[in-house]
Amino acid sequence: MSDKIVLTYQVSADDFTRAGEASSDVKSKLKKMGVKPEIVRKVAIAMYEGEINMVIHANGGSIDVIISPTEISMILEDKGPGIEDIEKAMQAGYSTAPDNIRSLGFGAGMGLPNMKKYSDEMQIESEIGTGTKVTMKVFL
Amino acid sequence: MDKFFNAVRLDENLCKGCINCIKRCPTGAIRVRNGKAVITKKFCIDCGECIRICPHHAKLPFYDPISILDQFEYTVALPAPSLYGQFNNLDDINIVLTALKGMGFDDVYEVSGAAELVSEMSRKYVEENEDKWPIISTACPSVVRLIRVRFPNLIEHLLPILAPVDLAASLAREKAMKETGLSSEKIGIIFISPCPAKVSAVRTPLGIDKSEVDGVLAIKDVYPRLLSLMKEVEVSGEIEELSISGKIGISWGGTGGEAGGLLTDNYLAADGIENVIRVLEDLEDQKIGMLEFIELNACNGGCVGGVLTVENPFVARVKLKRLRKYLPVARNHINDTNIGAGGSKKVLSPENQDVGKTNKGEANQGMANSNGINRTGLDKTNVYWTHKVKYEPVFKLGMDMKESIAMISKVEELCKEFPGLDCGSCGAPTCKALAEDVVRGVASEKDCIHILRQYIHKISDEISMLDNQNKAITYSNKEDTEKE
Repeated sequence: MSDKIVLTYQVSADDFTRAGEASSDVKSKLKKMGVKPEIVRKVAIAMYEGEINMVIHANGGSIDVIISPTEISMILEDKGPGIEDIEKAMQAGYSTAPDNIRSLGFGAGMGLPNMKKYSDEMQIESEIGTGTKVTMKVFL
Repeated sequence: MDKFFNAVRLDENLCKGCINCIKRCPTGAIRVRNGKAVITKKFCIDCGECIRICPHHAKLPFYDPISILDQFEYTVALPAPSLYGQFNNLDDINIVLTALKGMGFDDVYEVSGAAELVSEMSRKYVEENEDKWPIISTACPSVVRLIRVRFPNLIEHLLPILAPVDLAASLAREKAMKETGLSSEKIGIIFISPCPAKVSAVRTPLGIDKSEVDGVLAIKDVYPRLLSLMKEVEVSGEIEELSISGKIGISWGGTGGEAGGLLTDNYLAADGIENVIRVLEDLEDQKIGMLEFIELNACNGGCVGGVLTVENPFVARVKLKRLRKYLPVARNHINDTNIGAGGSKKVLSPENQDVGKTNKGEANQGMANSNGINRTGLDKTNVYWTHKVKYEPVFKLGMDMKESIAMISKVEELCKEFPGLDCGSCGAPTCKALAEDVVRGVASEKDCIHILRQYIHKISDEISMLDNQNKAITYSNKEDTEKE
């Protein structure tokens, strides 16, 4: 018996009504596993931010969530445009979201900063024109 | 008493084992087993959805019979504000209250009166606890029970103040003891309730050790008796001036009433249990911004939508609106010399001390001190919760992380096997719920009729294969004997 579980989710592009489905599924599973509420909250918020980013910027993508007795890893992969300046993107308030997205109340430039804030470890690999891979870890 | 008491009962003779209730239950607490609905008590939050949906009336709300009045020497009726929304062409609440006395109650104490005090306390609490915004209302017992089992991260946002009915009960008891000289147990404080969730809230209270309510009657039981008595009261013209409520108190009967009493626009009010869950999910994910207050009611329309009411909730709300039109904003205020540290410190546990640090001497502000205003000193009354609500992880699978991971993996595997039709034929509301039941060891994979069919096909194929083999053997045996 394996002591970890891998959950895979597809995130569809430009569909705000469905954004958040993956993170709420993970949230409900973690609660059922008896994971501490504070940890569940961190994972849910970090992952939701990532999911929204994929919807807004990257034409969707896929998320692998690996849950083990010691940590929860979230690997978010997309084939979007890539992030030009990761350092800039990490600054609170910096956003490249178009106006139509901002008018929906998104694109405040808090996506990546919040993902960093709510995860214990975060790694971004991005290539212009190829896509972005964000790995976040939350320790139990 | 069991901490998971619930106020819904099943009449087994009426239950046909259909899937209406299992499909409607927002916490997935019901299964059909052996042809009858079974409620898992610890999952049930008393929202009353199954009572509403059951076409066979097999789900029954649990509450006290009117004969409970006989158990006490002196009784006080605590009418919920939603009661006033049940009657046509009512324009004086005193008619209802006088009729209640005609029914056999010795006195009445309006819950809406206490609600105005709760509004005043809540205003202060919200103002002084910005770090806990948004504060979530705790007047609806189903909502508090839901948060207790499903939203651990939101517990700290709960408003730690008594629900109006519990404060009304304390105040009514004090008043009755003072006026009659009777001891506490001879006095019956009887709530006239729009919902059975209040029965659970009285028997197994959350946030406080004991509710001062002695009995809970259903509005629908009291209603027909009141109708004729109200007519008598009107004809005789002997209407007692019993009402102590203003606009704020009466408004508590419908959605938005409690939040409105906080005198801020920065709030959200949601009703209907599914909507409540959606708001709580979003709130937990921090998708809801800087609101001061969130009012949540399990029933559509608020308390007027309770399963023990008679009138359509939307009509009832209109009636409440009409009734409160010419009333003063509020007629109940906390006596500013008595509230605060003195009263609250005694009842607070150390972890909750901060809620007691409220105010002294600001209760006068904003409200005119005119005639008909009740100033209530709450120095002896417990108005705050005495302890925090504790998270109850009833939906947890597995004893430790390793076991949980194995169980969730198995659930995922089973979900792939199941057809995903959520047909309910197995007795569980969804395929996923059946998968969890299997993993918990309370159901079998073959409870799924589709899996069972596949299994039967497989067995019948095997049997026919064996049969063919058998025939072949017999045939060859026959040939052998013939040759000889």
